[in-house]
Amino acid sequence: MKEEISGAEYPVVFEDLHKIYEMGNEKVRALDGVTAQFKKGSFWAIMGASGSGKSTMLNILGCLDRPTSGSYFLDGHDVSSLDDDSLSDIRLKYIGFIFQSFNLIPQLTVAENIALPLYYQGVDEGHSEEVAARFASVVGLENRLKHRPTELSGGQQQRVAIARALATDPVILLADEPTGNLDSTTSVEIMEMLVNMNKMGKTVIMVTHETSIAEYAQHRLLMKDGRIDSME
Amino acid sequence: MKINHSRIRRDFKLGLKNLLLHKLRSLLTMLGLVFGVGSVIAMLAIGEGASAEAMEQIRKLGSRNIIISAQKAADESGSSQDDVRMSIYGLLYDDAERINNTIPTVKATVPVKSMQHAARYGKRAIDLRVVGTTEKWFELVEREVIAGRVMTKRDVKNFASAAVLTEYGARRLLATSTAIGTGIRIGGNTYEVIGIVKSESSADGSMQTPDQMIDVYIPLSTAKEHYGDVFHQRKQGTNIRESVELHQLIVYVDEERNVEKTAEAIERLLALFHKKKDYAISVPLALLRQAEATKRTFSIVLGSIAGISLLVGGIGIMNIMLATVTERTREIGIRRAIGARRNQIVSQFLIETMVLSLGGGLIGIGVGVFIPWLVTIFAHMPTIVTLPSIVVALGISVSVGIIFGIYPAVRASRLDPIEALRHE
Repeated sequence: MKEEISGAEYPVVFEDLHKIYEMGNEKVRALDGVTAQFKKGSFWAIMGASGSGKSTMLNILGCLDRPTSGSYFLDGHDVSSLDDDSLSDIRLKYIGFIFQSFNLIPQLTVAENIALPLYYQGVDEGHSEEVAARFASVVGLENRLKHRPTELSGGQQQRVAIARALATDPVILLADEPTGNLDSTTSVEIMEMLVNMNKMGKTVIMVTHETSIAEYAQHRLLMKDGRIDSME
Repeated sequence: MKINHSRIRRDFKLGLKNLLLHKLRSLLTMLGLVFGVGSVIAMLAIGEGASAEAMEQIRKLGSRNIIISAQKAADESGSSQDDVRMSIYGLLYDDAERINNTIPTVKATVPVKSMQHAARYGKRAIDLRVVGTTEKWFELVEREVIAGRVMTKRDVKNFASAAVLTEYGARRLLATSTAIGTGIRIGGNTYEVIGIVKSESSADGSMQTPDQMIDVYIPLSTAKEHYGDVFHQRKQGTNIRESVELHQLIVYVDEERNVEKTAEAIERLLALFHKKKDYAISVPLALLRQAEATKRTFSIVLGSIAGISLLVGGIGIMNIMLATVTERTREIGIRRAIGARRNQIVSQFLIETMVLSLGGGLIGIGVGVFIPWLVTIFAHMPTIVTLPSIVVALGISVSVGIIFGIYPAVRASRLDPIEALRHE
């Protein structure tokens, strides 16, 4: 079994994940036995009604939260019971986040925002500037390096976020409703960009509730009451 | 290590940038520390200036000297109803001998006989303050010789009619260096002017240099022979008749650590021969010690005030940093999600607080140097800004930054990234 789930082929492997929140006396089973594996280079859309557990799954996927029980192998490492510092290091090294509300730091320039994870990796300033410029041009913002996020449109901001997510060459890209705050034209633009990244070999896992957006992914995973309802 | 270095530098830059984003707020936050640090340095500088002046005064009196002054005994001073009575008080010629011969720690005693006599020099006639003393005076009260020479042992032994003018006395007489060798009449006797020495007076009224009120020195032996010990003066209808042998004795002690013991011995010795306490002993060293103790007290009071103002400044900084952390919860969430460790968040906010407190400290140093400068210019008070006070002030402002920055920074780092990202 262990050989089959080697990190190289399956960067993300869930084994019987449970997440239980205690709210007063009540126990909420946000994840109730989730087993799944995501193949390298695949593009997944995780769907489900609100309260289905898809956000919890994303938080655990992104190493922002730990499962109550079960195992999560990220690139072959069991990350389900690491301490806070180690989880920080894992996020820094393996994961690129793209959020619904872009989550750029307003007082930093576009270039500085893209280079932010490099700063935490200890990359020296000169090199990280180079990398930031390169990824800015990948997302078509080479002329906006010195701008502040507030001077950009929503679509442009999301492109900065994509560049930031790509800057550390992560194993997986996690997108949480990446088009939730965008109009339909810009949404198409952003989705095409994600598809392109996937074609270049990135594993992309996206949470969305919009069917039209989920269409861009090769695979869909439907969550219901903390369990996987279907995978295709 | 190299990475750490550049990271701290970048955190400093980032901190500065964040503070410049809210210029007014940062400035107001810093004010507490600016005034705290500024007032510490300024007050210390003013205190240092004042005490340095006082110490200098005392040093002019000589730290190894004991000064015994003649004084009318307490019960005699008010009884001038009977205007033919003569008051006899003061130090005796024998006192000088006794002190010199019985107390081993005494190196020398200088007798001082103060008088006032009508004097005439050329065409000028004025009253002069005359001091009869010995050559030892000039060894103890070292003053620059402007012209001629000072009194010698031979002058005293030979009852020489020789006079040494002080700079002040020479000015009153309109005498210059050409006066050396010429004659001056003092109280009916003629003296030869043998020298002029510099005067040293103090600006502060509370303390007097030994030669502050003296116009001319003559040998004690000569003074005794010419004028005797009785002083007679008619003033506002009353007759003042006094008999005083010596008005002052300056005792020079061999070592500074023996000064206080010697003073006690002198006290006991004089008590044996004086029925009434018609003298006062003052010890410049004790004054010096007292001045030092006063200075210490002053420093403690200043330190407490400074401590409180810095505490207030620190609390102000903490308050603003807590507000900043709340305001930037989302930023903290983003940084954590991207992969910043907790201690990296701590260091970011801590450095930002330190930039704030260091900035306040530096401006405060400027204020603290500027105020004493103003005081010196406009109030004509000496001030001394010492380097240690600046170093300490700077150290304190950095410490305030660390102490009051830690709590907000740790609080920032404890935020749950998921919660923080949801924060609007």
